[in-house]
Amino acid sequence: MTDFKVTPLSEDSFRNAIRESTSPRAVYDMAPGEAYTKFFEGLREGKILGTKCPSCGLVHVPPKVYCQYCYLPLTQWVEVKDEGFVETAVVVYIAAERERLEKPEVVGVIRLEGSGDRYRYPGLMHRICTEPEEVKSSRIMGAKVKARWATERKGSINDIECFEVVSWK
Amino acid sequence: MDPIRVGIVSYGFSGFSPSVPSKSFREMVFEAASKAYAKVGLNPRTDVDAFVSCKEDFWEGISITDEFAPDQLGGALKPVFTVTGDGLLGIINAYMMIKTGAFDVIAVEAHGKPSEVMSYGDIERMAQDPIYLRPLAFPSYHTVKALEARAFMKYSNLTREDLGIYVSQSKRNGLLSNRAPHASSLTVDSYLSERELVGPLSHSDLAPRSDAALVFVLASEGRARELTDSPTWITGVGWATDYHTPSYRELGRDIATKNASEMAFRQAGLGDPGKQLAFVEADERYSFMALMEVSSMGLVKDLRQPLRSGDLSRDGSLPVNRRGGALSEGLPLEAHGLARLASACDLLDGTGAVVSNMGNTSAVLVVRP
Amino acid sequence: MRPNINVKNRVAVVGAGLTLFRRRLMETPQELSWIAARQALDQAGLDFNDIDCVVSGSAPDAFDGVHMKGEYYVEGVANGKPHVRVFVGGGTGVFVPVAAWWHVASGLCRKVLVLAEEKMSSASRPHPQAVFKHIWDPLVEKPLNPNLIWIFAMEMHRYMYRCGVRKEDIALVSVKNKRNALDHPSAQAAAKITVDDVLNSEMLVYPVNRLDVSPVSDGAGAMVMVSEEWANRLTDNPIWVEGVGFNLDSTNWTNRDLGYPVYLKRAAEMAYRLAGIENPMKEIDVAEPYDPFDYKELHHMEGLGLCPPCKAAEVTKEGLTQRDGDLPTSPSGGLLGVGNPIAAAGIMKAIEIFWQLRGEAGARQVKKDVVTGLAQAWGDLMQVGTVVVMRR
Ligand SMILES: [Zn+2]
Repeated sequence: MTDFKVTPLSEDSFRNAIRESTSPRAVYDMAPGEAYTKFFEGLREGKILGTKCPSCGLVHVPPKVYCQYCYLPLTQWVEVKDEGFVETAVVVYIAAERERLEKPEVVGVIRLEGSGDRYRYPGLMHRICTEPEEVKSSRIMGAKVKARWATERKGSINDIECFEVVSWK
Repeated sequence: MDPIRVGIVSYGFSGFSPSVPSKSFREMVFEAASKAYAKVGLNPRTDVDAFVSCKEDFWEGISITDEFAPDQLGGALKPVFTVTGDGLLGIINAYMMIKTGAFDVIAVEAHGKPSEVMSYGDIERMAQDPIYLRPLAFPSYHTVKALEARAFMKYSNLTREDLGIYVSQSKRNGLLSNRAPHASSLTVDSYLSERELVGPLSHSDLAPRSDAALVFVLASEGRARELTDSPTWITGVGWATDYHTPSYRELGRDIATKNASEMAFRQAGLGDPGKQLAFVEADERYSFMALMEVSSMGLVKDLRQPLRSGDLSRDGSLPVNRRGGALSEGLPLEAHGLARLASACDLLDGTGAVVSNMGNTSAVLVVRP
Repeated sequence: MRPNINVKNRVAVVGAGLTLFRRRLMETPQELSWIAARQALDQAGLDFNDIDCVVSGSAPDAFDGVHMKGEYYVEGVANGKPHVRVFVGGGTGVFVPVAAWWHVASGLCRKVLVLAEEKMSSASRPHPQAVFKHIWDPLVEKPLNPNLIWIFAMEMHRYMYRCGVRKEDIALVSVKNKRNALDHPSAQAAAKITVDDVLNSEMLVYPVNRLDVSPVSDGAGAMVMVSEEWANRLTDNPIWVEGVGFNLDSTNWTNRDLGYPVYLKRAAEMAYRLAGIENPMKEIDVAEPYDPFDYKELHHMEGLGLCPPCKAAEVTKEGLTQRDGDLPTSPSGGLLGVGNPIAAAGIMKAIEIFWQLRGEAGARQVKKDVVTGLAQAWGDLMQVGTVVVMRR
């Protein structure tokens, strides 16, 4: 077989190589759609809203105008309690661009109450106001939590500051 | 062994408007898919074996946009994948999947929401080679297409008046469509009075943009006949990718379309497609491209004669885009090929060729009643 | 005994090629593609002119910074031929042979070049991970400024909690795969390390440490897949693609239990049905489960039905997944050891199964006689499973 070699570059040799830089400009203005528009209006009011499927009963949070499991349009809106259970949680030391955070944060997925089965449930990814140690010991898993709302809300997922522990499992 | 035949049993659409601000792309696809399934009484959760979604990350503004494919199609926890390219490439993959014998019913989706892309020209430029071409910073992202237009017009001996004949005819055809907000009764004279924007191209040569979603359902022969009395049979498919670097390409002809059409016509058993085809649905993101496709597919010898004599018009012997194309409908990005296919299915009165040409890739379908 | 009697055309792999995997390669995406393709064609005894179709895959356009990059990297390979690029996020590398399978099994193509390319180093600043900034739901997730590793850590922790698995059990996968990679000529991250090395490496997102994760890489891989007629003409040793499977779960990953990959179970069931496999634990001789993170190999073994749910850590601890074990997994060294140029890493796993079944894996050849092998990949928002099953 012919040997076709490729050429690894060290960071040093790359710095000295001939190269071309380009910064893509990609700007979008996205329609949130019917479901998210109502969801964000709800958050501004301090409410978590979902859409309920008439067939399987699942409440969709984040909401959709269709149930992906039954393929039916959803028109019934329900308010979901701003409480739930920690499905999973992690301690983050890095953020989007792999920059290290000065202070680690806890984020996780909150399983909201009111519908669902073992596999499916209404849920949100969000910050959890707790200590990293509670994650590392897995004590946080299954803990009951409640939303801490921002005082000034503008219709964004950040209208919830975080979820706070109400009781341990 | 009998080869498996593949038919189109239904399609649905949403949008075809310069912008659809009230709906997210997912809600538009849900609307289109629901219509497509309802027409033939299909429940996608139980009756569809696989789903194909056609889209590009940078048009969507989502990296790994495949993530957002399944739910609105009814495909959650089912076989779903993305083709990065025009919707006709999705149809071709579905066609092959059914032909293996392992799949009976497949849904194919494409959508475009260019109204949400604020930096449209910059995205177009990002398709250029980042090392050789992009640094040249051409003033318009249409520049390369204008070079092609110039080369093609020279190759085919066409004038701007010829382009005007096509533009005027196609925009009038669009007046008969319920999906064509940009259709008009533009005359050749008013076309010729337009200022050239880039090279030989003026405002009316460039398709405006529109938001749209289309969903098609394909089935094997047995299932197709159960689902509808009037399936559209796909009798040939072809596709091809030409060189990315413009200077490697033969600019006056579209080799990708030539190769793709030869493949499709061979399968369909069309020895003299120029005579045997009843119509053509051509890609019209630029006016000249539709003509270039007719020429590159070898359907006419000298374009000038059929163009000037009206053979390519709605009532001619080889009509092109009988209800208008992207110049009238607007360009919904990857969904344009499916818009052409929808027109073909609407008017199907013989064997037709459907062509899309996005980037350097062409796809050709031969369909018949 | 092939239960899917509807599929009449068999499909074989007759050649494969792989470039070095490195943090940064000088070659452009086009050059990497060409080199991998040339190697695969050489092994198959074919030339570019012999190929009638190309199927390719690559992960997000944002890495190369090229919109519609499939048309770009394939320039030297497609040459005006039929080419399509398919995309299922991280699952792409194994999905490319899946799509190539129907190109041949449909009877439309006879000799297909199957290509996967990835050049992550072009997205240089601040870090290639920044590319993943735009994979999120732009409205409910992106405002939280997430990093991709966050959600994988969430899945890992959920898995640990659900199955009672400890970090040190999971680290054994990283130790095994990085060691296996010492024998792989393309490897970027091969090493002899210990469980403690993993546990003491930089904490990125608890429970994920630096050495739980595969590196970012440049690289390309290619295969040649052909019809039965051509397979018999070209080689005495074809490897048959007997089963393909893929499945995509809902976009909303915060609405489902992450502890068990149901979508992968469904993808595997599809592949097993096509391949006529009734008991994967007995019938799969060697596997390359997708391992961008060490816990994923365990998670995927369970989804693939190669061991009962929550038992993969135990099986690993007992040494069954070593090269001389009963169920060798990632004998290549996996993404953890060979490197993770996303789509190219997936095809590397399919290529490893090809080489293992041919008995051409050299120092990596597993001890047992292998007839049936499986490669798998995973991706998107923890929602896609792609599977190929091959037989000698
Ligand atoms: Zn439901």
